[in-house]
Amino acid sequence: MDLKKTPLYETHLKYGGKIIDFEGWALPVQFSSIIEEHHAVRKAAGLFDVSDMGEVEIKGKDAQALIEKLVTNRVSTMVDGQVRYSPMCNEKGGVVDDLLIYRFGPEHFMLVINAGNIDKDYNWIQKVASGFPGATVRNISAETAELALQGPNSEKILKKLTDVDLSSIGYYYFVPEATVAGKKCVISRTGYTGEDGFELYCAPADAPALWDDILEAGQDLGCVPAGLGCRDTLRFEASMPLYGQEMDDDTTPLDAGLGRFVDLEKPDFIGKEALLKEKAEGLRKKLVGFEMVGRGVPRTGYPIVKDGERVGYVTTGSFAPTLNKNLGLGFVRPDLSNVGTQIGVEIRGKSIPAVIVKKPFYKRG
Amino acid sequence: MYPENLKYTKTHEWLRVEGQKGYVGLSYYAQDQLGDIVFVELPEIGTEVTQGKAFGVVESVKAVSDCYAPVSGKVVERNENLETSPELINKDPYGEGWLIAIEMSDPSEVNNLLDVEAYKKHMEEEGHH
Repeated sequence: MDLKKTPLYETHLKYGGKIIDFEGWALPVQFSSIIEEHHAVRKAAGLFDVSDMGEVEIKGKDAQALIEKLVTNRVSTMVDGQVRYSPMCNEKGGVVDDLLIYRFGPEHFMLVINAGNIDKDYNWIQKVASGFPGATVRNISAETAELALQGPNSEKILKKLTDVDLSSIGYYYFVPEATVAGKKCVISRTGYTGEDGFELYCAPADAPALWDDILEAGQDLGCVPAGLGCRDTLRFEASMPLYGQEMDDDTTPLDAGLGRFVDLEKPDFIGKEALLKEKAEGLRKKLVGFEMVGRGVPRTGYPIVKDGERVGYVTTGSFAPTLNKNLGLGFVRPDLSNVGTQIGVEIRGKSIPAVIVKKPFYKRG
Repeated sequence: MYPENLKYTKTHEWLRVEGQKGYVGLSYYAQDQLGDIVFVELPEIGTEVTQGKAFGVVESVKAVSDCYAPVSGKVVERNENLETSPELINKDPYGEGWLIAIEMSDPSEVNNLLDVEAYKKHMEEEGHH
């Protein structure tokens, strides 16, 4: 199968990126080393190509009502220039996708969705939109590139390339019409690494020049090109969930510990009844963080055991470079979810001791 | 990147013969493909290993990979430094990053292994460069 290429594909080859298949996209897993890039983002800055992400534009007088119906978090309290994270559920309360909502105006929104879910989400959104004649839905993924500049030096680097007063952009806010290095961009103070940083949305044709200019501006501030490998270890340390691992169509946001993004007071949204029922009856499984006590690296899908009985499974596990430990996220039976609970992770047929610890594993100082 | 005094396996291990003993490690290519190595599981001293069969596991940030014994015999040494410094395999795959030493039960098995030229050819055929 031919892999899809982002506008930065040639750029990645030029910078020595090691290309892999990610959800059907040819993207760099690393440029130098996952661990080096990870440390660079925590201490200085890293630049990521996240153009594989999908974007859906929703406009019209029913735009807000449609999104309010689609997502679990509340949309009506958002202001222009604000970003909000939300799960989007099916009727059973399972997660169709998790996404960012951008409010450009009262009748103009953009949803940013996961690369692997673009077709599924777009079909789902269109289906629901048939009940909202005053809303137009457009998949603008192909005409939108996205770069993520992440790390404590991000603001200093971007400041060299734009007149926008970056210090005035709060976390989860954005500037809709900015210019960065001469290119038109949306500047959003968001990210998926647990660090300060910005995500820039631009025209695909502008992405390669923007990439080069940001790296050049960041050279003396420790900025490196960064791949998918460290993107995963960084989000994992910050205990940010990844669709397909911590969430899927059969896992609810409540199971995944995303209750604070579910507004059960909202008059109506898809999945509300199922989530209310789950809340009343109690969770079926609970997402926890754990640290290995014995030697071993937990990996996605490994069984979690207690007293010889299977009580859950690992959703993500890895060596955590900043914390220098082997850590995991996983679902367990709710009665075994308390911090300090001793569990085992089955690695190559052996139960290796682990203990449940607090999430997030890492929080920036 | 591929010393001439070593023998290689198609699964990218190397063997350095010292009398009846053979030192085993991963080739430059193997560690480069894996990326940053973060965990190594080696057999206990005295474990019998068999040519072509898995004897241990190395894990990088993203991947889990078995290591296959280049020759049969008994494990007589293991690189204890790898428990705390698995990155030695990336830094020095033919030196400080060695894995185990095997007391060979049948030294003629060495003839089944690839010399450096054959190993390079094997990598080319597999599409590795």
